[in-house]
Amino acid sequence: MKLSNDELNILAILEENHRISTETIAMQLNMTEENVHRTIKKLEEDKIIVSYPTLIDWNQIEGKETVVAMIDVKVTPQHGVGFDEIAERIYRYPEVNSVYLMSGTYDLSVTLEGKTLQEVSKFVSNKLSTIDNVISTTTHFILKKYKHDGVVIEGNDDDDKRMVVTP
Amino acid sequence: MSMDYEQYLSKTAIDLKPSGIRRFFDLAASMEGVVSLGVGEPDFITPWNIRDEAINALQDGYTSYTANAGLIELRQEISNYVQRRFDVHYDPENQIIVTVGASQSLDLAFRAIVNPGDEVLIVEPAFVSYASLVLLAGGVPVPISTYSDNGFKVTPEQIEAAITDKTKAVLICTPNNPTGTCLNKEELTQIANVIQKHDLICLTDEIYAELTYDDDGFTSMASIPGMYERTILINGFSKGFAMTGWRLGFVAAPKEMVDLMVKIYQYTTMCAPHMLQRAAIEALQNSTDQVEHMRESYWRRRNYIVQALNNIGLSCHIPGGAFYVFPSIKQTGLSSEEFASELLQQEKVAVVPGNAFGESGEGYIRCSYATSIEQLQEAMKRMGRFIDSLK
Ligand SMILES: Cc1ncc(COP(=O)(O)O)c(C=O)c1O
Repeated sequence: MKLSNDELNILAILEENHRISTETIAMQLNMTEENVHRTIKKLEEDKIIVSYPTLIDWNQIEGKETVVAMIDVKVTPQHGVGFDEIAERIYRYPEVNSVYLMSGTYDLSVTLEGKTLQEVSKFVSNKLSTIDNVISTTTHFILKKYKHDGVVIEGNDDDDKRMVVTP
Repeated sequence: MSMDYEQYLSKTAIDLKPSGIRRFFDLAASMEGVVSLGVGEPDFITPWNIRDEAINALQDGYTSYTANAGLIELRQEISNYVQRRFDVHYDPENQIIVTVGASQSLDLAFRAIVNPGDEVLIVEPAFVSYASLVLLAGGVPVPISTYSDNGFKVTPEQIEAAITDKTKAVLICTPNNPTGTCLNKEELTQIANVIQKHDLICLTDEIYAELTYDDDGFTSMASIPGMYERTILINGFSKGFAMTGWRLGFVAAPKEMVDLMVKIYQYTTMCAPHMLQRAAIEALQNSTDQVEHMRESYWRRRNYIVQALNNIGLSCHIPGGAFYVFPSIKQTGLSSEEFASELLQQEKVAVVPGNAFGESGEGYIRCSYATSIEQLQEAMKRMGRFIDSLK
């Protein structure tokens, strides 16, 4: 699909901050608010804008800490049951964050979130490994998140280190 | 024994005008919660690939002097860049010097061309350093005032009227600090005709060349027919590449001028920092996308602030480049300095009074939009309230 400049510009703004008002977007792009509104709606309908997720650092909140694991899953697709079907059986679980089909030594990469190590391990042994066609799983627990979806979790690149007035 | 220092110190230095920006900085820096539209530099941090190269260069021990004019690899890259972007050719061997910021390029250029009493025409409102640099070089700065009714563009007639038999050079800055005004090819050609007719030198400060927003793009004075042999082109990494603190710029000019500038440079500075020069090679080779990303971001913020200022009643032309807008505050009845200091006291928004950039800046303020859109929104809210309070 080929997009117009206005559409591309709107995406650039929303990708940085989707809570910005249509009025401010309109002013930034010399468009009318009405036109911005319509364009965003179209981008949503076309599934170019898929959703507006909010990145939350749950681990800072007492009682809300989570454990995240990335699991390499090997599968043997069989007649009538391709990768897509197996992936679907996995991604329907709400505790599964993401599922990707991979090239290389394993097939599906699954990200899983749970309250404790035990909870995640239990899901892997009871749910994931028991699916027909799943041959093996390798579980990697995430120890620390440095950067997620383009956002640096800690770090001070964002501090303004400039003086208040310069020539 | 108490010394009367004045008699020991340079009269030229003592007589330089104190910077209007400096005074304002002291005031703003002492306050908490200030939203600043007073910053004359990018709000981006230098792209990581460039920072990473500087780290590598230090690790690899590039800590020695370089050739006075800079690393030949870097000069070659600058030559390629200037050819690619501005369509002019400079020989890396003897027509380019890597300097400690465009600031130093300006200093070298004035020192190389000015004889005592020579006049240099400076289009104002202008970057704060020009006039003082001319004075330090023994010359006489001659301001030419421009006004908002034609978007702060200098006309060939104005330049012609300012020329005397002492005039040596004309300094042009496009896109301009503080007005953001860009001169297009046609306007440059008209100015060039006058410069050629009177056999003058042109200093062209193109430090904001990467940051232009109009469809016809950027034209370098050096590319205008007949100008190459009489133009000193000044540019650098500070603005377009978000590298102000690195202090890296360059000057490109006819060989005879560059020879002289190198001679001055070798006695005053020797060379720009070696490890940073290595990183600058990376900047020129691999940062096109990031420079474009920053340009687009400034463009969006320019559109926003121009509308927002007009909405709160500060009329403002649409600047074609840099990251400044220069709205009029005349209808408030306040002077630029009064407006800026009242605004700071009352609403904690820092802007720079227009008269800091020359007499014709009186009645205006410089607002830099190199800050986040959220900060701009906050600043506009506060400034709107301030304007209402004056009614
Ligand atoms: C018009 C103009 N020229 C030159 C400079 C100096 O740039 P540099 O950081 O390369 O010395 C500035 C910086 O504010 C500027 O605005």
